[in-house]
Amino acid sequence: MSGLLNFILIPLGAAFLVALTGNRMKKAGNFIFILAAFLLCALSLYLVKSVGAQKIILFKAGGWLPPLGISMVADGLAVLVLVTVNIVSLTVAFYSLRYMQRYTDVWKFQSLFLLMLAGMNGVILSGDLFNMYVFLEVASISAYALVAFGVEPEGLEASFRYLVMGSLASIFVLLGIALLYGYCSTLNMADIALVLSSNPKGLLVGFVAVLFLAGLGLKAAIVPFHAWLPDAHSSAPSPVSAMLSGVLIKTLGIYTLARIFFNVLGVSSKTLLVLMVLGIISMAVGAIMAISQSDIKRMFAYSSISQIGYIVFALGIGTPLAIFGGLFHLFNHAMFKSLLFLNAGSIEYSTGARNLNKMGGLSRRLPVTGFTSLVGSMGISGIPPLGGFWSKLIIIIAAAQAGYIGFATIAAVVSIITLAYYLKFQSFVFFGRLNKAWDGIKEVPLSMKLPMLFLAVICVVSGILLLPCFRPLLESAGGVLVSTVQYKDAVIAAIKW
Amino acid sequence: MSLYLLCILLFCVGLYSILRKRNIIKIIIGLGIIEYAVNLFFILIGYRMHGRAPIFSGDQAVLNMVDPLPQAIVMTTIVIGLAITTLAVSLAIRIYEKYGTFDITKIRKLRG
Repeated sequence: MSGLLNFILIPLGAAFLVALTGNRMKKAGNFIFILAAFLLCALSLYLVKSVGAQKIILFKAGGWLPPLGISMVADGLAVLVLVTVNIVSLTVAFYSLRYMQRYTDVWKFQSLFLLMLAGMNGVILSGDLFNMYVFLEVASISAYALVAFGVEPEGLEASFRYLVMGSLASIFVLLGIALLYGYCSTLNMADIALVLSSNPKGLLVGFVAVLFLAGLGLKAAIVPFHAWLPDAHSSAPSPVSAMLSGVLIKTLGIYTLARIFFNVLGVSSKTLLVLMVLGIISMAVGAIMAISQSDIKRMFAYSSISQIGYIVFALGIGTPLAIFGGLFHLFNHAMFKSLLFLNAGSIEYSTGARNLNKMGGLSRRLPVTGFTSLVGSMGISGIPPLGGFWSKLIIIIAAAQAGYIGFATIAAVVSIITLAYYLKFQSFVFFGRLNKAWDGIKEVPLSMKLPMLFLAVICVVSGILLLPCFRPLLESAGGVLVSTVQYKDAVIAAIKW
Repeated sequence: MSLYLLCILLFCVGLYSILRKRNIIKIIIGLGIIEYAVNLFFILIGYRMHGRAPIFSGDQAVLNMVDPLPQAIVMTTIVIGLAITTLAVSLAIRIYEKYGTFDITKIRKLRG
């Protein structure tokens, strides 16, 4: 089915068209930009239905039968991440129309944004290891450029650090792919899994696993590899931070990590333990660092590290319930973290400041921003009716069920710390007496309110999403990761069919 | 075997340059070196001693051929490397405009 190719062709083509027209005709550029994001979102929602019916959709580029050609695979997990990415990118694209007006050359931003989107969609759908690497680089390089988009000293510095760390990570991934190719003589992921399952796994596979963990862990900002994230995510323009924190680290880091470890290399109890410990460490370190921050976006960036820790921890537990919770948290975190970064953008847009200590009482002047950020903060710190509560609860219950009582306690404590620093954010920025300096500020325009309201609605609704329409999607996504053999069997069956 | 060891040595030279050098340009050169090391490694994996180019024709027996796939892949990674180097160098130019130095230890407006 060639429908899968649209997810890469539309953003690539639109990036080209925006670069062509956006310089002279701003309106046309904006129109193409929004149209592409909207089409992708609609297509990804449509794909949910068709994958729900067929379980797995395979596209063979050029008609070559795998393992020869490049294949693209959409299964439950891919569709879940694809929907998350495209919903967030549509809202952020809409928000950026107004926000980015204070920068020059907006068409460059739109073009890079679409390239990043093409890279992420490609990573998600790729069924071929090297193809995945290429799209990973497409997304990363556009992200490096987007971080430096403001051309302020901080942004340039952060972008350079991100670039050095990120390319080092990619090189580790490439080295891993080279070794794996030398061992298996194939690059198709299902085929590698097949070869590895019939041959004894030597020391080499363990070494490859370490290379992938270092490379992809750096992309996902798991704690020993997290140093670039707070700089890059806080220096970028707000819509870019929303994309980076909301979906980029999940697609390039968590999704690829899960796909390669669970479906290609196969997990052992040792790898699971490593993931679990790394998850716990990033959870705790991220939360503790976040408390002491006085810059709003820096606080959110550290909070991202902490929440990524939850997802990695859930994957590390490895039981079906834990993986279900982890994927649910991935979806939820994408929604509320991008919402919070958009809020930070609105605060910056109205007041021009980002320091927590200088604000106060802003909810009187910025009612919509205040309300939506309250929803986001509640969601991320796990207040009962919202989505974040259920996903964290599922992860903690699953950890306790699997017998990791200590880890479950740490996860619960970190959740309380999360509540603490989000309360700090709320009370410093929105509650209390209005600072005299901000007396004359105005609420952001409608085109920036709508995306925030939309994401806030999703945050609220996702708590009830465990209900019929959403649950099969999550369960089929979890099912891909739970049984290691299912992915390769499904792909091979789809090839023959 | 010695070829592989030399390849790893090249990798280490690049890594040393990234980790220890303070000049931004030297760090970018280190990135280039480390990437060439991995490219070389990929080529070595597909190489056969005294192999010939993998061109298939009717009158020749297929005996000892070099694996063409790594070579095709390395073409792609070279292009990616070019993109990274270009972006890094243009960032370095802008950083020099703003900070007036190439020394990474003096470029510290961000905390931590």
